Amino acid sequence: MKKSTERLIEGGLAFSGLVTVLTTLAIIYVLLSESWGFFQEVSLFSFLTDVEWTPLFTNKHYGILPLLSGTILTTLIALLTALPFGITISVYLSEYAPKGFRKSIKPALETLAAVPTVVYGFFALTVVTPFLQSFIPGLSTFNALSAGIVMGIMIIPLISSLSEDALQAVPKSLREASFGMGATRFQTAFKVVVPAASSGILVSIILGISRAIGETMVVAIAAGQQPTLTFDPRDAVETITAYIVQVSLGDVQHGSLEYKTIFAAGISLFVFTFLLNNISYRLKKKYQEQYE
Amino acid sequence: MKLIEADDVNVYYGDNHVLKDISLSIKENTVTAFIGPSGCGKSTFLRTLNRMNDYIDTFRLEGKIEIDGKNIYGKKVKVEELRQKVGMVFQKPNPFPKSIFENVAYGLKIQGSNDKDLIADRVEKSLKQAALWGEVKDILNKSALSLSGGQQQRLCIARTLAVKPSIILMDEPASALDPISTAKIEELIFELKTKYTIVIVTHNMQQAARISERTAFFYLGNLVEYDKTSEIFTNPKHKQTENYITGRFG
Repeated sequence: MKKSTERLIEGGLAFSGLVTVLTTLAIIYVLLSESWGFFQEVSLFSFLTDVEWTPLFTNKHYGILPLLSGTILTTLIALLTALPFGITISVYLSEYAPKGFRKSIKPALETLAAVPTVVYGFFALTVVTPFLQSFIPGLSTFNALSAGIVMGIMIIPLISSLSEDALQAVPKSLREASFGMGATRFQTAFKVVVPAASSGILVSIILGISRAIGETMVVAIAAGQQPTLTFDPRDAVETITAYIVQVSLGDVQHGSLEYKTIFAAGISLFVFTFLLNNISYRLKKKYQEQYE
Repeated sequence: MKLIEADDVNVYYGDNHVLKDISLSIKENTVTAFIGPSGCGKSTFLRTLNRMNDYIDTFRLEGKIEIDGKNIYGKKVKVEELRQKVGMVFQKPNPFPKSIFENVAYGLKIQGSNDKDLIADRVEKSLKQAALWGEVKDILNKSALSLSGGQQQRLCIARTLAVKPSIILMDEPASALDPISTAKIEELIFELKTKYTIVIVTHNMQQAARISERTAFFYLGNLVEYDKTSEIFTNPKHKQTENYITGRFG
């Protein structure tokens, strides 16, 4: 191939890479500059310590804690729902299921991930919540529990599929070694294969967490839009993402302080996920060192 | 005393007839070598002895294999118990991504043993038996993956010994190792045969001649010749055996 074409292709590839980097940088720039304006008017201290978030009311408070608690609460519930199922499914598919069955069930599971999130939102609001209300007294129409559970169902395919990949990547020779010493399938799965795949499983869990934190439609529809500092799953809560949607869809004036709260909330979300990714990265490294 | 007794064993993978009418018996405390060209069925036969082929969907076995007078393919047999009695060492060293200690303790722990002293004692004994203790006694908590290939293979042998098997199957245990590590493994086999019955698959003719008392030559799924090793190597009865051991094919 000619040198000039070669160079053209190289440039094209570098450009594509650059575009994503630049986009990220641009997003960080916008977040920082807009929230800078916000923090000119609201002190960082009250932003982090005020227990009320009421930027759209006459009595204005700008405390991020209620949004944060809503985000953490729904994410935790989602994780508690998704983890047992996700891991069990992945172990079953990888270690027990016949090959043919695995090949047909995996795509089916992955279509769960293709369902639009707005459908999940209404599923939570119109099916799960009434069902839960039938036996949980005091469950409000909009609540963290139902939104969290449905969000958990939503991330099951993500966790099970990625964990299954990690389990499959464990060499067959390790299973043979375990079986060869008289271990059962169960012992082999949980004492050898799962630990050997632990870093991959951890990554799947962390991706699941970030997915739950960033998820918007389900919580906006089913968890309510009421920022309350609570860890009671029966209450209505508002997550950071749901707040951003709420304000973006409303008629706040461009450039106003209310408008800038979006970016303040956005940057909190960003810091949150950034910290999480860092923790996961370190955890992963620690795990890997253990097995090196 | 006859420990392993195979009677008219036929093995199929789907429609593929991979072992044909294999009958042979193996005595206690001996080393038996299985030789033959790749794909001749020697590894498949080895793996029928601890039912490692069970995990292959299309695997089917006809005939009878008895160990200690019991049909190991019988309905009441627990594979887990069988494999505690018939240990296996594989071609490539396959230690678990755990510490050296945990690797050797694994077999006891899955049997439900909680006795720390007993486990520590057995780990030490097994590592000594596998001639690895001196090299690892100060690094028992280090990952097994930090050991060299030869050490890893001896660790796998120690791990197998810790379960106290009476038979050890070895599937080309030295083929992935350098000559010095290979010599160590061979020495080890020599010592182990006083207590264990060893069946070894090997591609290395000299190895078979050096370490085994009896040799079985497999070809195209048939057991062509099974005799004292000295007989096989100096006075083979079949043309195919002679061709193989003199390196004319295979």
